[in-house]
Amino acid sequence: MKLIVDHLRYEYNKGTQLSVAALDDVNLVLKAGEFIGLIGHTGSGKSTLVQHLNALLTPDSGTVYFDGEDIFEKGYDKKSLRGKVGLVFQYPEHQLFEENVFKEVCFGPHNLGLDRRTVELRAYEALKQVGMEDEYFYQSPFDLSGGQKRRVAIASVLAMKPEILILDEPTAGLDPKGRTELLDRIKTLQKEAGITVLLVSHSMEDVAEYVDRIIVMDHGKVQYDDTPREVFSHYQELEQMGLSAPQVTYILSDLNEKGLVLDQTATTINEAKDTILKCFGMR
Amino acid sequence: MGMIDVSKLVFEYIRRDEDGNVEGITRAVDEVNLHCKGGEFIAILGHNGSGKSTLAKHLNAILHPTEGTVLVDGKDTMDENEIWNIRQSAGMVFQNPDNQIIGQVVEEDVGFGPENMGVPTKEIWERVEESLKAVGMYDYRKYSPNKLSGGQKQRVSIASVIAMHPKCIILDEPTAMLDPMGRKEVIRAVRALNDVEKITMILITHYMEEVVYADRVYVMDKGKIVMSGTPKEVFSRVEELKSMRLDVPQATLLAYELKKAGLPLLDGILTRKELVNELVRLKGQK
Repeated sequence: MKLIVDHLRYEYNKGTQLSVAALDDVNLVLKAGEFIGLIGHTGSGKSTLVQHLNALLTPDSGTVYFDGEDIFEKGYDKKSLRGKVGLVFQYPEHQLFEENVFKEVCFGPHNLGLDRRTVELRAYEALKQVGMEDEYFYQSPFDLSGGQKRRVAIASVLAMKPEILILDEPTAGLDPKGRTELLDRIKTLQKEAGITVLLVSHSMEDVAEYVDRIIVMDHGKVQYDDTPREVFSHYQELEQMGLSAPQVTYILSDLNEKGLVLDQTATTINEAKDTILKCFGMR
Repeated sequence: MGMIDVSKLVFEYIRRDEDGNVEGITRAVDEVNLHCKGGEFIAILGHNGSGKSTLAKHLNAILHPTEGTVLVDGKDTMDENEIWNIRQSAGMVFQNPDNQIIGQVVEEDVGFGPENMGVPTKEIWERVEESLKAVGMYDYRKYSPNKLSGGQKQRVSIASVIAMHPKCIILDEPTAMLDPMGRKEVIRAVRALNDVEKITMILITHYMEEVVYADRVYVMDKGKIVMSGTPKEVFSRVEELKSMRLDVPQATLLAYELKKAGLPLLDGILTRKELVNELVRLKGQK
């Protein structure tokens, strides 16, 4: 799987006085097996970008290549693309509609035109991947807790066997434990099933903890595209964009100012712990 | 008499199957006592399904107790004649800003509440002005709400509540859908209103960093209040909180991990500043 975003430009209200460039010359390469975080304040163009990746929106100029093929070319099979580029929207549980959990997850693969046996196998596998127990399979999805509903919604996308999974704020509204559980599962999917994951998030702490690479959007442009350490070292610039760094990054920068630690690039609790213990001669 | 007096509150709802037969009874709130004086800033924590939103909905009479009593500013929420007075003294702000804004223009939205209360026109405009100023949104009064960011919309929702001159505001995860800047804006507005206007604040949240400034924190689990105290007291119980699917602020967690590794840090570190000062102090001793 390889996804190339090439000089992508998209304007809302094009041709009117209210026109806004939501995407302005965006260039990216997403490779197989990566775990990527996409951050940016509300209105920075994240969701607009994501909706181009499976051709829900058509760019004004530029294009997207999936495995070398231009997805906006006439005659390109968008339906099969949407199976390969799985998009989980914000609050996906609002889209649940079937009478039971198992049918819900069967809906996607069924629409791909697969035979019943394959559909059911895929649904079973997907539900297992998100950690849903068999006892819930015949319950109405509406009787589940918020966290469970969200996992079922993610399973419905996984059942399409996507090569890249795009999640738009999958943890919004979940409690801390629910957040960790869900992100741990996604990390496992990325590692073991080799699915590329693009995580859109407002939680800098979550992004720092899980992803290998961060893309920062601001005013429709990609401002940074690098490792968490590198990106969060620009925390002052991030603040200008309405973002922030994880709290530990600030703690270390304060300590650096007081002359206590020299290396201030830690972005997770564990990294920060190591840095501080080192400066106390305990590592 | 306090601003909010919840005594032995029980709330049960009946689960029914498709044919309307009773499947069972769920106790969402179980013998909860909560007392809060005027001007306090209270935070309620708890995992999804712990009963905190159900409790919050009792505080302005959206739900009524199965057992026990809820008094808001001395008025019983079971008294139907008092419902409108209660909703006026205890305003509510919800999670999704888009579900709460109805006006086509910001100032219209803020004026809607006082207009419904029968406030004279001139005074409505005064209230709109002061409320928008209080949350720092006065410059946007002529804007259409759908041109605002999430944090700005949420501040407008708060202004709409303040315009009704409540004594108390209940905020049910007001920052769950916001970006970091939006979260900061909203929490700053909440703290300022509490400090300056002395409006009682009851904040329900999943973000531990937001509650370190509260006067008192209540932790709910399975419908019961299982912990309460100052943020320092509550957040010093890291393991217990984790077992209840909760977290502690990152500074507290880092301090806890450092302590486990053998650094003799003081207990009760909540903020970045406290941790930095404590580490500087320790380094000085070496």
